[in-house]
Amino acid sequence: MNTLIFRTIAPIIVVTMLVFSVFVLLVGHNEPGGGFIGGLIGAASTVIYSMAAGVPVARKALRVHPITIAGFGVFIAALSGLVSLAAGVPYLTGLWTSFDIGGSQIALSTPLLFDIGVYCVVFGTLSAIALGLESGEAG
Amino acid sequence: MRPLAPSLDVSIALIAIAPFLAACLAPLVQRFAGFYAGWILAIVPASIFIYLLSFVVPVSAGHSVLASLDWVPDYGLKLSFLVDGLSLVFALAISGIGTLIVIYSGAYLKGHPHQGRFFAFMLMFMGAMLGLVLADSSLVLYGFWELTTVTSFLLIGFDHTRQVARRAAIQALVVTTIGGFALLLAAILLQQATGVWELAAVPPLVGGAGVQAIYPVLLPLVLLAAFTKSAQVPFHFWLPNAMEAPTPVSAFLHSATMVQGGVYLLARMSPVLGNTPAWQVALTVFGGVTLLWGGIAALKQTDLKQMLAQTTIASLGLLVMLLGIGTQTAIIAALVYFVAHALYKATLFMVAGAIDHETGVRDITALGGLREKMAASFIATFFAAIAMIGLPPTLGYLAKEEMYAPLVSGALANIVLLLVLIAGNGVLAAIALALMIKPFMGPLPSLPKTPHEGSFGLIAGPVILAVAGLAAGLMAGLFGDLLLAPAASAVAYQPVQNHLALSADPRSPLFWLSMVTWVVGLAIYFQLDRLRTLLRRVDAIVGWSFDKAFDAAMFALIRLSAGVTRSWHHGRLELYLFVVFVMLALAICGPLLALGGQPPLPAFPTLNLAEWGTLGLAVIGVVTVLVAPTRIFAILALGVQGLAVALIFLLQGAPDLSFTQFMVEIVSVAILALVMTQLDLDHGDPRDFEGRLRDGILAVVCGGGLTVLLLAVLANPFDPRLSDFFSKNSAALAHGRNIVNVILVDFRGLDTLGEISVVMAAGIAVLALLRKRKSAAQADATPDAKAGKA
Repeated sequence: MNTLIFRTIAPIIVVTMLVFSVFVLLVGHNEPGGGFIGGLIGAASTVIYSMAAGVPVARKALRVHPITIAGFGVFIAALSGLVSLAAGVPYLTGLWTSFDIGGSQIALSTPLLFDIGVYCVVFGTLSAIALGLESGEAG
Repeated sequence: MRPLAPSLDVSIALIAIAPFLAACLAPLVQRFAGFYAGWILAIVPASIFIYLLSFVVPVSAGHSVLASLDWVPDYGLKLSFLVDGLSLVFALAISGIGTLIVIYSGAYLKGHPHQGRFFAFMLMFMGAMLGLVLADSSLVLYGFWELTTVTSFLLIGFDHTRQVARRAAIQALVVTTIGGFALLLAAILLQQATGVWELAAVPPLVGGAGVQAIYPVLLPLVLLAAFTKSAQVPFHFWLPNAMEAPTPVSAFLHSATMVQGGVYLLARMSPVLGNTPAWQVALTVFGGVTLLWGGIAALKQTDLKQMLAQTTIASLGLLVMLLGIGTQTAIIAALVYFVAHALYKATLFMVAGAIDHETGVRDITALGGLREKMAASFIATFFAAIAMIGLPPTLGYLAKEEMYAPLVSGALANIVLLLVLIAGNGVLAAIALALMIKPFMGPLPSLPKTPHEGSFGLIAGPVILAVAGLAAGLMAGLFGDLLLAPAASAVAYQPVQNHLALSADPRSPLFWLSMVTWVVGLAIYFQLDRLRTLLRRVDAIVGWSFDKAFDAAMFALIRLSAGVTRSWHHGRLELYLFVVFVMLALAICGPLLALGGQPPLPAFPTLNLAEWGTLGLAVIGVVTVLVAPTRIFAILALGVQGLAVALIFLLQGAPDLSFTQFMVEIVSVAILALVMTQLDLDHGDPRDFEGRLRDGILAVVCGGGLTVLLLAVLANPFDPRLSDFFSKNSAALAHGRNIVNVILVDFRGLDTLGEISVVMAAGIAVLALLRKRKSAAQADATPDAKAGKA
C-alpha cells in the first residue's frame, strides 16, 4: 500500500473527502446526504490518511482521541434537544431561524445541530475502531 | 378521613424526602462542622419528630391523614402517604431514636475518615424507613422497602475493607431482597384483585371483593417478605452477621427500624389478611420458634453485640407471635412491646458501643467493675435492663402483662403459647441481668484501654431513651390513649379502647405469670455459664447452621452460573456464528412454514443493459467470494457485491440509500480487512468438505428463507399512509426535502439519539476489547522476556 504515488496523493484525497463530507452533511436536509453519510465519508478519509501516513500521524492530525469526538457528538445531539425545552416545546422539537448574510438566506436550525452530532458520532466511532484495529492498540 | 390542603400533602411527602436531601449535604456538613456534624445533622430527624408530634392529637381523636402527590397520573399511580395510629408510632420511633443515633454516631465515629459518608448512608436509611411506614400506596411501600435493603447493605458493609463485613452485607442484601421481590408480587396481586394501590382503601373491600381468591398466594408472599426482613427462623441468620456494622447502625437498624419493617408490614396487612386460621398458625408457629431460637442463641454468646442481636431475633419472634394471636389485647401488647423494645434495645446497643469504644472489649466475661468509671452508662443500662426484664414501672412490664392476658384460658393452644412466652421472656430476662450486672459489677479487670465515661454525645442517647422508657411506663394511661389505642385501632381495623394502667394485683393470674417469668429468668442467669458450655457443646456436635447452609447455597449458585456460562460462552467463534445463523434460519423459516402459503413469484422485470450489467457484477462478486483463495480476497469480493447492490439502488431511484450503501461498503471492507490482519488466522479456508457443506446449507436456507419472506411481504398491498405523511409534511413541517434525513433528525430524532448513543458505546466496547488484547499480549510477552534475559 505504501507506494509513493499513494502517499503523495493521499493528503489531497483526504482533504477533498473531508470537505465533501461536511458538504454532504450540510446539504443533507434537502439533497441526498446527512450526518450519517457525512460521518462515514469522514471516517473513510481517516482510514486513508492512516494507511498513507501511519497511525501515529493520523492520531496526531486528529488532535483528540476519536472516541472523544463521538462522545462530543452525542453531547451536542442531546443538547440540541434541550434548546427546544428552553423554548417551551417538547424535547427535540425542531426550531428554525434564518438570517441574511450578504444577500443570501442562511437557515440555522436545531435539526442541523443534531445532524452535526450524528456526524461526529459516526466519524469518531468508526475512526477510533479503524485506527485501533490498524495499530492493534486502543490508543 | 378529612380533606387536606395540598401543602400538607407536600409536607408529609417531605418527611420521607428530607432525610435524603440531608444525606446529600451530610459529607459537606461533616467537612465544615467536623465534630459538631452529628449535632447539626440531628436537626433533620429532630424536626421530623416534632412535626410528627403535631399529628398525635388529631390521630388519637380518630382521624387519619391521607396525602398524595401525582406520580404517574396516566396509570393512576400516586405517591400516597398515610398517617394513622400505626404509622405514627413507627415514624415517631424512627425519627426519635434516629435523632439520638445521629448524635451518637457523631461521637462514636469521631475522626473516622469516612464519617461524612456514614452520615449520608444513615440519613438515607432513615428516609427510606420513614417512607416505608408512612407509605399508603403499596408500590411506594415496596420502593421504600427496597431502599431500606440497599441502604442497610451500605451500612452493614461500611467497613468494606473487612471481608466479614462485606460478606455480612451481601448476605443481608440477598436474604432481604428475596423478601422484597415477594412484596412486589404481593402488591401487584393485591392491586389486581382489588383495583386499588392504596392500602388504606383495601380493608373495606376484603369482605366483598376477591381477596379470598388470591389469599393462598398472597399470604405466603407477604409472610416471606415480612419474615426475611424481620429475621424470622429460617431467615434469621443474616441479623447476627449484620453486627459487623458500626454500633450506631446496629442500634438503629436492629432496634426500631429495618428489622421492624417486617413487623410493620404484618401489622399493616393485618386487617386484610389477619384473623384466619392460616394466619394465626403461621405467625404463632414461626414467631414462637424464632423467639425460642433467638433466646437460646443469645445464651451461647459472650459478645455484647451478639447477645443483643440474638435477643433482637427473639423479640421479633415475640412480636410476630403476638400479631398472630391477633386479639385486641394481643395487638396492644405487640405495640407496647414494640415501643418498649425499641427504647431499651437502642439503649443497650448504644451502651455496648460506648463500652467497646472506651474499653476496647466487648466480651462479657472479660468485663467488670465499670459501675463507677461509667456511671451514666450504668444508669442507662439499669433502666433499660429492668424494662427488658419486665419489671414495674417500665413499659416492658406493661407489655409482658398485656401479652399474657389474652392467653389466660384453659385451651391447649393457649397453654402452649403461654409456655413459649414465659420461656422466651425468662431467657430475655436472664440476658438482661447478665448485661446489667456482668460488665458493671465486681472487680475491675485489666482492659486494653483505661475505661472512662464516654463523651456527652455517647451517653446522651442511652440516658434519654432509658428515661423515656421509664416515663412512658409511669404515664401508661396517657401514653396508651395518645399513641397505642389509635395504633391498635389501625391494626385491628376497629376502635380499640386503651386499658393500660400500671398496677400489680396479687389476685390476678397475670401477676403470678410475671413472677414465674422472673424466677425462670433468675434461674437461667445463675446457670448462665453452665448453659453456655452445654449449648456450645451441642452446637459442636451438630456442626451445621443456617449460616453455613447459606454459604453452601451461594457457592452452588456461583458454580451453576459458571457452568452455564462455560457451556454457552465457550469462546469458539465458528460455533457462535453457527448457533446465531441456525437461530436466524429457524426464526425466518419457522413462521413461513407454520403459517404456510407460498408467495406468488413476481413477474420477471424487463431490464436494460445497465441493469443487467449491475446484476451480473453482483453475481460475479458472490461467486468470487465462494471460490476466493484467501480471506482478504473474499472480503474484497464481498465489497464488489455490495457496491453492485448500491448501484441497483441508484438505478431504481433511491440515491440516498445508494449513497449510504456505498459508504458502508467501503468502510466495512476497510475495517474487516483490518480485523483480518489483526486476527491470527489462516489465510485460506481451513474447513473440511463436511464443514463447508454444513455451513453452505445453512447459508442457503437463511438466504432463501429471507428471499421468500421478502416476497411474502411484497405480496401484501403496500400501505402508503406513512410515506404519504412524510412526503406531505417533510418540507412543510420540517423544512427539508430529503425525507430520509428529515425522519432521522426530526420526526424520529429521539430514536436517532438512542442509536448514536449505542454506536458510541459500541465504539468504546471495541476499544476496551483491543486494550484488553494488548495487555494480555504484554502479559504473555513479559515472562518470555524475563526468560530470555535469564
